[in-house]
Amino acid sequence: MAKYLLLKHYRGAPASVNDVPMDQWTPKELSAHMQYMRDFAARLEGTGEFVDSQALSPKGTFVRYDGEGRPPVTDGPFAETKDLIAGWMVIDVETYERALELADELSAAPGAGGKPIHEWLEVRPFYAEQPTATE
Amino acid sequence: MNESLLRELVPAVIGVLVRRGADFAAAEDAVQDALVEAVRGWPDDPPQDPKGWLVTVAWRKFLDATRADTSRRHREVRVEGEPMPGPSQMADDTLQLYFLCAHPSLTPASAVALTLRAVGGLTTPQIAQAYLVPEATMAQRISRAKRTVSGVRFNQPGDVATVLRVLYLVFNEGYSGDVDLAGEAIRLTRRLAAKTNHEEVAGLLALMLLHHARRPARTGPDGRLVPLAEQDRNLWNTRLIAEGVDVLQTALTRDRLGEFQTQAAIAALHADARTTEETDWVQIVEWYDELVRLTDSPVARLNRAVAVGEADGPRAGLAALAGLDPALPRHTAVAAYLHERDDDPVTAARLYTEAARSAPSLPERDHLTRQAARLNARLRS
Repeated sequence: MAKYLLLKHYRGAPASVNDVPMDQWTPKELSAHMQYMRDFAARLEGTGEFVDSQALSPKGTFVRYDGEGRPPVTDGPFAETKDLIAGWMVIDVETYERALELADELSAAPGAGGKPIHEWLEVRPFYAEQPTATE
Repeated sequence: MNESLLRELVPAVIGVLVRRGADFAAAEDAVQDALVEAVRGWPDDPPQDPKGWLVTVAWRKFLDATRADTSRRHREVRVEGEPMPGPSQMADDTLQLYFLCAHPSLTPASAVALTLRAVGGLTTPQIAQAYLVPEATMAQRISRAKRTVSGVRFNQPGDVATVLRVLYLVFNEGYSGDVDLAGEAIRLTRRLAAKTNHEEVAGLLALMLLHHARRPARTGPDGRLVPLAEQDRNLWNTRLIAEGVDVLQTALTRDRLGEFQTQAAIAALHADARTTEETDWVQIVEWYDELVRLTDSPVARLNRAVAVGEADGPRAGLAALAGLDPALPRHTAVAAYLHERDDDPVTAARLYTEAARSAPSLPERDHLTRQAARLNARLRS
């Protein structure tokens, strides 16, 4: 098994095909979207491939050390051009192909007009554990 | 013998060990070990006297741990031998445990964890799961907390207000995983109320009961947040409401008002109404005035603005909001709500979208996005 991170962005990813802000959807479309996401996670738990899923608030700040005895340097809230992660799901799957397949499915979550969002998701492999027997 | 009955015994057993000479941290560890053994063994072989069993096993665990710790031989000498008989059987140390676990030297997170373990009798894995942190992290938090209070004398009286704050924190965490923290907070507050004669303990208990009564109506079948005005009031638990009102009324007769009694009074007025329209908003505003006077809290002022909006109309509500810091949590959401009631859906939709961006939780964010979507859909048609 190998772990993959499926990253979702508020912005910074290429624009999705069905690119309508959520507050412009109908309440029904919102419900359908949320149901799809819940079902997706529940199904992965059922197949034994779900590890973790978290959502991040769009608020945030960059922080940097500025030398001994000086307060931390901060930058933010993020300028509109900066990449902004909205959340992630961690999956544990047999193959890279399976990871792509699941990301593909997640990207098809329904949006405005009940049509798939075709949202870009980033798929990042975790470094694997060092095998005990390497010889 | 179910697990909750078993947990009821934990603080008393810790108390017995402390009176026999164990320090709090070691006593607490020993009882926790005995608890684990009880959970494993009792279903097949329940003891005649559960408390006596726990005391015996915990004391043995304590002696084993003390003997194993050769660097502390002097303590072994002190506690060796037959446990002293006497008043330990009669004394109730539970109240002391509440004070110790909520000691002002502890951070809120540590006080919460320690209270749930030593007073609530929950295991470290259960507490870790409830707060969604790794078990090792929670174990560290608890042992650091025990170190922090190690110098506190067990018989020192504490401040009830600090205990109430800790219990309120536990209650507000709601529930996740196996452990229903809101239910646990009610259980612990109920026991505290039975052991003290303090009107604010009663006030907090009433507040919890009245809020808990609405829980079945607070989330929809799809997990979405249902605001008070839209809740199906038939789902409210009338038994809990009746108990909460009863506890509150008894507390209020003592004529020593505090913030929890005041909040409970507001909750009781909501519970009393069959619809939002039938709610006695004028009286609710008066209670909020009282709450602002007692706490001078900006959050109380914000909630007061909502109540003013219902009692005297949205314009009055917006006027009450005008003097408050816009950076307050939920300020924008309240402004959105009042603007919608003031027939300004354009402003309201914009503010709901803005409020969604700074929402403190996912259900709240989804709820606010949904409000914006609802208004935008109406504006388009």
